[in-house]
Amino acid sequence: SSHEHKLNFQKSKEACLNYIQDAMLQKQWKRAAEFLTFYIEALEKDFSREYMGPSEIIWRIGSEILWHHSHNGMKEFNSFIEQMKTLAITRYLKVSLEHVFHLLCNGLIDEAYQTLSLAESWRHGEQTSVQDKEMKLIEAYRGLLDYYSWAKQKHILLKHGQDGFEDLSVEQEMHNCFRKAAVNLKEIIKIPGVWDPFVKCYVDLLEFYGDHDEARQVLNEYAYNSKFPANPNAHVYLYQFLKRQGESKKSLISALKILHDSVPSHELMIDFNIMLQKSKKRKKRRLGLEVIFAALDYAGCKENVKAWSCLVKQLKQIVISEKHLDWITQEWNSRRDWWPAFHFSHYLAKRNWQENESLSYEKALVAGILLGKDCKYFKYVSHQGCKAQVKRFRMLKKFVNKHNPVYLRISG
Amino acid sequence: RDFNERCAQCSEVNWGLTDGGRFYCRSCHNVTERTREVINTEFISNTRVQTISRGSRNKEKTDGGCEWYVCEGFQLVLKKQAEALEALGVCPQMKDEILCNFWRLYLQKSKQAYCDRPDGETVKALPVCDSSTDVESEPETPSLLHLLSLSESEGDLQTDSSFVSSTSKVSASTSVCSGSVDGSLYFTKNQKEKLRMTMPMTLSFCYMALLWLREPMTLSDLLRFVVEGHIPYLNVFQHFPEKMKLYGVDLKIFCVESWPVYEEVYDKMLELAAFLDLPRFPDITDSCFLHPDMLCMKYLMEANLPDELHNWTCRVVKKISIGEADFLTLVPGNKSTRKVKYDVLAAAVIIVVLKLLFLLDDHYEWLLSDLAEERNTNNKEGRPYFEFKKWYKVIKCSLDAEQKKLDEERAKYQWRCEKPLFYSADKKSKVLKRRQMVVNLQNQFGKLSGSVRPAEKPNPSSFQLSWSEENTDGNCFHGHSLKGILQEKRGVLAAMNPDYWLCTVELCRERSCDHLAHYREVEFPQSYHFVLRLFSFLLRIQPSTIHDDVCLIEHKLFNKKLCKKPKYNTVIRK
Repeated sequence: SSHEHKLNFQKSKEACLNYIQDAMLQKQWKRAAEFLTFYIEALEKDFSREYMGPSEIIWRIGSEILWHHSHNGMKEFNSFIEQMKTLAITRYLKVSLEHVFHLLCNGLIDEAYQTLSLAESWRHGEQTSVQDKEMKLIEAYRGLLDYYSWAKQKHILLKHGQDGFEDLSVEQEMHNCFRKAAVNLKEIIKIPGVWDPFVKCYVDLLEFYGDHDEARQVLNEYAYNSKFPANPNAHVYLYQFLKRQGESKKSLISALKILHDSVPSHELMIDFNIMLQKSKKRKKRRLGLEVIFAALDYAGCKENVKAWSCLVKQLKQIVISEKHLDWITQEWNSRRDWWPAFHFSHYLAKRNWQENESLSYEKALVAGILLGKDCKYFKYVSHQGCKAQVKRFRMLKKFVNKHNPVYLRISG
Repeated sequence: RDFNERCAQCSEVNWGLTDGGRFYCRSCHNVTERTREVINTEFISNTRVQTISRGSRNKEKTDGGCEWYVCEGFQLVLKKQAEALEALGVCPQMKDEILCNFWRLYLQKSKQAYCDRPDGETVKALPVCDSSTDVESEPETPSLLHLLSLSESEGDLQTDSSFVSSTSKVSASTSVCSGSVDGSLYFTKNQKEKLRMTMPMTLSFCYMALLWLREPMTLSDLLRFVVEGHIPYLNVFQHFPEKMKLYGVDLKIFCVESWPVYEEVYDKMLELAAFLDLPRFPDITDSCFLHPDMLCMKYLMEANLPDELHNWTCRVVKKISIGEADFLTLVPGNKSTRKVKYDVLAAAVIIVVLKLLFLLDDHYEWLLSDLAEERNTNNKEGRPYFEFKKWYKVIKCSLDAEQKKLDEERAKYQWRCEKPLFYSADKKSKVLKRRQMVVNLQNQFGKLSGSVRPAEKPNPSSFQLSWSEENTDGNCFHGHSLKGILQEKRGVLAAMNPDYWLCTVELCRERSCDHLAHYREVEFPQSYHFVLRLFSFLLRIQPSTIHDDVCLIEHKLFNKKLCKKPKYNTVIRK
């Protein structure tokens, strides 16, 4: 019969879940726990092949509630998770892994390590491909914790070294950790994915033991292998490594070029600009200008004095030499209708002057060159600066006034 | 019908039942001394009964269980339900006689007991209700159930069940599919003509008995008591004796996972009454609780409406003749008369009266309320004039709060029973482990929420909402006067509202459609929807059910007017 309004077990439990969800979204943990208590009997009718059945729902919701609202802290949480592990045997690895995350968040490194080791030795019937992946993750995290132990041992060793002690057992332990960590870390970063912390740790290990070639290869793979998802951090790590190795400017620049393309607002763009400015090649210098303008397009660099000073340096150089003024025009064309409001408003002039004199100085110079001596930013700041009798502002005023014709040529 | 004697006075055979349960001749109104109970035992002994005394029950099975039939299980259920009803105040006659006899009649008609089986197969009869006349004391030779041979079995059964008709003892052919002997037979197609017993049908039985006795309990009351736990229904099988083991297909029969639906129980009751060939039920007269005048009074009180409205409901009832015994009394099997849902009808009458007085078009009722408010400022009589606006605010507040509570209760409902059930023996350990885990988890989170598992049920009460005149906050409208919205017309107080809108112009034909009309919230005024919602909550049924009866009443009220003028619009003048 078509009595869809009839209240049955399933509808009752669905309604219960809705109440739990509402309570959780409003962070009413007590109320969520209350309704969860009534939902739990759904476990007895868990015959479903649904995407997410009662046992998984209870695991996830229960974890969340206990995480936020528990009388006994981790003890209660742990006992709950142990129950969840036995509840659905196919989910053992997943539950273990999430348990490990919770333990790590609470600083319980040893317990996390134990849980990982336990999970690694777990076997149950045929391993599905999903479980395969989960196992790899478990091994990888154990590798990470091994690295962490290694780092601790290293620190102790160095300290003892300073104090003049020699400690063979610590050194031994350290090498052990290294071996264990290296194996697992190497494995996981072979699989296409985002493995930032693993990569960093692995490279650190390799560098310590002097295997720079391996490190370089790992980083190159991570950054350039197209199977891996695009990851700006990969290029950052590569750049930092190359810098540490004292590589040539050329390779450093090529590493950063890709970063500029993907994250033009990155803070390394300032370093990039500095390198490019110094280059003898015109193309590189041109790129430098492009890079620094692009960085300042974003709110992140708005108050970055160093970024502004880089721009100032390059602009000054061009203005004084009167060569390549068209570069400025090209960069300014796409920005002239929004940069004034974004960077050079009267309000910002006042604020920058109050809060950060150096910032206002650099910006005023840029404003003076790009917008002329009559723009409000420059007028306000230079006036304030001269009033306060700060020397460099007088120089600023002179400079801008002197080169005003340049502005006229830029503005076309 | 059962009583076939000729009347002493007029020699006719045309009997009816008085209120006191005596037979009277319809032709000459001669009342006899013969009462119903006497007749019932007579008619039972007319049929050939094969019974077995308890002692000859077959040897117990290995798991300590005994053999039992599905209808025995249902008999136990009915017994429990009758006991609960008695505890609620229903007269003992219901349990001891009426329900018992209805059940026996059912068993007889469905050939599960008290009869000869075709082909000489006989059926074990059951230990009957305790307090009845001693039918079981007749000694008979034990007879065995010969299982019907089946060519196919339903896909429900897990294992292949090919029962073979045999003369072997019953125990040998009991399969692992069910604890009961005939559980697996229950889902075969053969059962269709025999009106197979189900859990919701137990409530149909109860209601039928209540109706026969004209007890002051409507079907909506009964179902509400079931949901509130005062009448065993969900998990009632846990009160079966230890020896009656339940598993396999039995679970499908006795475990409910949904609350009974009013329409379902009601329709089954009608089917049952016809199946049992029952005569005309005892008359519903105007002194009965189920009569619209009485029920209207009750619902008016519960809905916090002025008592004066009762005059109006009585007028409507009288005008359309729905207070007549012939209209109200159930005559099973008679397809021509429409069957009456007393509670729904009363609610519908009230709604029609509200529409008559207030129009409820989301406009007029508020104007009228303002008028009453104005009049109230000069009101020198002891009682204030009824203002729809005030009433609406009070009721909406309460209704929303109660509805919210009800919704939460429904979400929190616990369905499982104390005794864990297993579909089959090999699942037992798994089920028990799960049960243990469930209990642990419930304890853990129960402590976190700080809530005490509600062990007490609310006290059973006929009224869900109550309003007291002693309350000083002025929330009780019972004593309010309708004068504020009425006007004097030729010495009589009449409604100021000259208009009326019909819920539907034409009723659907019963044959082609389940309902008389179709209700969609968006098509009707909010005020109308509100009053529907109110009664829908009180009766725990869908608004559309009440809407049907509203349409019916309107049809009866205004049909003549409509027929006179072929052209009409939906708003008519009274």
